[in-house]
Amino acid sequence: MEHVLQSKAHKFRLILASSFALLIFTFVFSINTGASSMSPAEVVQTFLGNGTNQQNLILYEFRLPRIVLSVLVGMGLAVSGCVLQSVSRNALAEPGILGINAGAGLAILFFVTLIPTGVLSAAYFVPLFALSGALLAAVVIYVLAFKRQEGIMPTRLILTGVAIQAGINAAMIVLTLRLTPERYETVALWLAGYIGTTSWDYVLALLPWMIIILPFVYYKVNVLNLLNLGDQLAVGLGVDLEKERRLLLFAAVCLAAASVSVSGSISFVGLIAPHLARQLIGGKHQYYLPVAALLGGLLVLLGDTLGRALLGPTEIPAGIVVAVIGAPYFLYLLARSKV
Amino acid sequence: MIISKKEYLMPATEHEAHENVEIEAKSKPVAGVTVLILGTMALLLCIGLSISFGAADIDLLTVWSAVFSFSGEVTAHQIIQEIRLPRVLGAAIIGACFAVAGAIMQGMTRNPLADSGLLGLNAGAAFMVAVSLAFFPGLSYKYLMLFAFVGAAIGTVLVFGIGSMSRAGLTPMRLVLAGAAVSALLSSLSQSIALHFDLAQDLAFWFAGDVSGTTWDNLKLMLPWVVISFIGALFLSRSITLLSLGDEVAIGLGKRPGLIKLAGSLLVLILAGIAVSVVGAVSFVGLMIPHITRFLVGHDYRWIIPNSIVIGSLFMVLADLCARMVNPPNETPIGALIALIGVPFFLYLARKGGRGF
Repeated sequence: MEHVLQSKAHKFRLILASSFALLIFTFVFSINTGASSMSPAEVVQTFLGNGTNQQNLILYEFRLPRIVLSVLVGMGLAVSGCVLQSVSRNALAEPGILGINAGAGLAILFFVTLIPTGVLSAAYFVPLFALSGALLAAVVIYVLAFKRQEGIMPTRLILTGVAIQAGINAAMIVLTLRLTPERYETVALWLAGYIGTTSWDYVLALLPWMIIILPFVYYKVNVLNLLNLGDQLAVGLGVDLEKERRLLLFAAVCLAAASVSVSGSISFVGLIAPHLARQLIGGKHQYYLPVAALLGGLLVLLGDTLGRALLGPTEIPAGIVVAVIGAPYFLYLLARSKV
Repeated sequence: MIISKKEYLMPATEHEAHENVEIEAKSKPVAGVTVLILGTMALLLCIGLSISFGAADIDLLTVWSAVFSFSGEVTAHQIIQEIRLPRVLGAAIIGACFAVAGAIMQGMTRNPLADSGLLGLNAGAAFMVAVSLAFFPGLSYKYLMLFAFVGAAIGTVLVFGIGSMSRAGLTPMRLVLAGAAVSALLSSLSQSIALHFDLAQDLAFWFAGDVSGTTWDNLKLMLPWVVISFIGALFLSRSITLLSLGDEVAIGLGKRPGLIKLAGSLLVLILAGIAVSVVGAVSFVGLMIPHITRFLVGHDYRWIIPNSIVIGSLFMVLADLCARMVNPPNETPIGALIALIGVPFFLYLARKGGRGF
């Protein structure tokens, strides 16, 4: 037994190290990609403080915040997906599919439509709006999917999520049609998951959420492990089920909402990263949560970098690239799953 | 948990046998005829109302004379002939198309949540419309329709292919999720095309659904296809009833499920493709109308399909009328309005967990 545990821990370190290496590799690749290219040597020079003003500007004001934000957002969405999957015991749960992104999107749309530009600082207030929208959507979905005798059935939860998403999308269409073309552009880019218009402000706005919630979720790994086993077993082992479930759901929603508020609506990360992580390291949360977080960061960074590299001057939003990679993977999982 | 195949199938067949008896009892020809007649009358009345209502109010008598004794010198007659009549007819036909497509899908797949919007057909058609807008701008409506067909076909093949790949088959859940993922994929692709070619807001209007642009030319183009498809659907209706009882029942009665499904899918493609190419990506009509119709006329598709045509038309004409009345002179996108009714309906069905079919 001890031997098995040790080999698991060893494997965990190995996987963690290799995903981290991949992340660094993508980071280097990402720094060199974009409208104005910088060679690796130039990047190193600039990091050492010997860059021209222009190089400093590109690196520190455009590329770096964007990369940092991509990684953070990916981590947030991936961990949110992990928690949602364990809490709902549904392998297909994901903030995007469950309508949480849509809720955040509607709130952001209200922000853009109702509040004149410049009154409130977008970087700090948009996350709050997004959070309230996402929470509202989550509560509505939870209440609608809840049945007194049966509690929350995974199937019903997802079907309800899909329906609420359809409803919110319809409401958003009504609102977007009335926007001026410039404002529409902003919203359309947000909906497509575009990280390009970022600055350090957005990173700072997201960071507190991550610093509070990620350790909290990691602190709860044992509860997550128990929830994953099933209600009866969890109760038998002395877990206050409803309380823990609500608390963790709240954390997951906050994480997803904070992430999408700064990056735009990105789906499928919360689905793919946990799945890949589970396949690599198994279902124990203390192992697979960190791996999933790293893979999530990697995925969004890769999506954003590819989006910049693919179509020349037009940037494809990261959300679209991730969806194009993620949707087929989701379909593959669906075809194999037993729902 | 491992369930042996026999154990897994047993309750289902028992259930089917039970359902069979129930469905025979639930076929209600009297109700069918009554609903058909009353529905047609209501439809005609609503078409009249819809024509008379608008920026320039026209009374019903003028509507009558515009249709049956048209005079080119009366402005009201011209408005009716050129703008309002094609629009309302377009709405009616499209409602019928969505409804019949939904009915066929639900019967064939025995899936109460089947709908062209939820199953990725609309997103597929929208994707190909985006492609045609981007790469072949100024394409005539005839070819746009063709593109929409191809797109709807792509969506269907993806969703049904994936849904049926696993041994558990096309459960409602699987179909809806496959539809959601395929829709996400195809709309992402449309979005990137739209962003690259600067079409975003054009496409958004199209996504919202809009019947206002229907012209006589459009109608002339789609009518033969629609009529052929409706006749085909009626012709197929008995087979669909049998299929809705399960493949085994259909085989037992000498039908070939594969062939029926192929023919049915073809009809769905044509109907949904036409409807989406005219009004854009409108969901939930194909979901709701067959359920309402089944509730009224029972589970026999020989009655469901003709009644779906009438009730679908009626629904869409009413929806268009409401869309114009909510906030005049602005029009509320009809797709959004329908989703407002459709979402609670879907939630209700999801709560029932797909039972009561």
